[in-house]
Amino acid sequence: MDAKLKETILNPLWKGNPISVLVLGICSSLAVTVELKGACVMALSVTIVTALSSLVCSLIRKTIPNRVRIIIQLVVVALMVILVDQVLKAFAYGVGKQLSVYIGLIITNCIVMGRIEAFALGNKPVASFLDGLFNGLGYGIILIVVGFFRELLGSGTLFGFDVLNRFGYVNNGLVILPPMALIFLGCLIWIQRAISKDLQEK
Amino acid sequence: MNTNSNVYTVIYTTIVCVVVAAILAFVSQSLKDRQEANEKAENISQILTAAQFGEKSSWTDNNTTINFYKENIDRALLVNAKGETVKVMDASKAEIYTVSDLKKQNYNVNGASGELEIPVYIFKNGVSVLPLYGAGLWGPVWGYVALENDLRTIKGAYFDHSSETPGLGGKIKDDPAFRGAFCGKQLNIGSERPFTIAKGAGSSNDGIDAISGATMTSKGVDAALVAWLNAYMPYIVANVNE
Repeated sequence: MDAKLKETILNPLWKGNPISVLVLGICSSLAVTVELKGACVMALSVTIVTALSSLVCSLIRKTIPNRVRIIIQLVVVALMVILVDQVLKAFAYGVGKQLSVYIGLIITNCIVMGRIEAFALGNKPVASFLDGLFNGLGYGIILIVVGFFRELLGSGTLFGFDVLNRFGYVNNGLVILPPMALIFLGCLIWIQRAISKDLQEK
Repeated sequence: MNTNSNVYTVIYTTIVCVVVAAILAFVSQSLKDRQEANEKAENISQILTAAQFGEKSSWTDNNTTINFYKENIDRALLVNAKGETVKVMDASKAEIYTVSDLKKQNYNVNGASGELEIPVYIFKNGVSVLPLYGAGLWGPVWGYVALENDLRTIKGAYFDHSSETPGLGGKIKDDPAFRGAFCGKQLNIGSERPFTIAKGAGSSNDGIDAISGATMTSKGVDAALVAWLNAYMPYIVANVNE
């Protein structure tokens, strides 16, 4: 594997993580992390949307008129988002219903447009696809970690199955509320910067 | 080729839009049957939850839900403004009114001149389920009220919404205590307000407390409930204590 490809894959997972380093997509990460299941579906949906829209935009990058490139990107992203929404409605109705508002809002997630504009328009399709895929995964990992702790401490369950309640755990209602997601996110950023000192701002 | 010329830009955007529209139309059409089946099963699961056949979370599989409904439904009627049965829906096909059907009838319930035809689902154990539909704070709210055999005592209720605030108005769906409060209450038949959802109403026999912090949603559900119960009142009066 050449160094550039390795960089494309590993960078979004740690040093260029969309949420913890670039601070993109914060809004949805507060909203959908109450339950682990919702976090997983959202992570998967965003990953699919970023990967496919990066791929499509990269394929047509040489034909896009420069003046309307943002609009074309928007159309491609919107297409992918609607496709994901439709497929969820057909094959995972319960989850799709629960996430319907947030699925629609993937289009406003800065990660998607950001990666297309910054990477896909200047790189080959395969590299762009991987870039989108791993940026989605980098976003997804944070979502799943936050979702894990919020469901565990807030409801005492994981994927809806009782974990802590059977030991007499009293649910912490505060963890369910969105502000607590921000505190968890802050802790994750703190831990990451404690490990990778070069990420710390001077 | 000059990709920045006006002609190129116009032609390019037109082609992109047409292609995208075609893809979306194709996907929408090919998934439509499946989506409608899901929506119908969701509606049936809400009816079954209101009638206390099980918790909402227990109805996850479409076929189980629909089969359970078919086995337990006695008859599903459409009644008019005089309380007369105008049509019997086909129970063997699990024919029901979906939320969009309720929306259409909501105009008639609230005084439009159209022909009122609203459904009553009567189960073999004597429980009747009546739907309702109305406006919450941000979007539509709808739900089902299940009545015991006497058509006076409330067996249970279930509500859903499209965009109420999670944690506040969303409690009409998510808080079991809200719908649980309906159980065992009695409709005030003959009154203009057969049931009330308001602050302090919980102590009376024909009302429950509104949700604190969700005044507008509570008022919306209250208005929908009163309007629909009044639309059903001729039917209820004709069949009460039957």
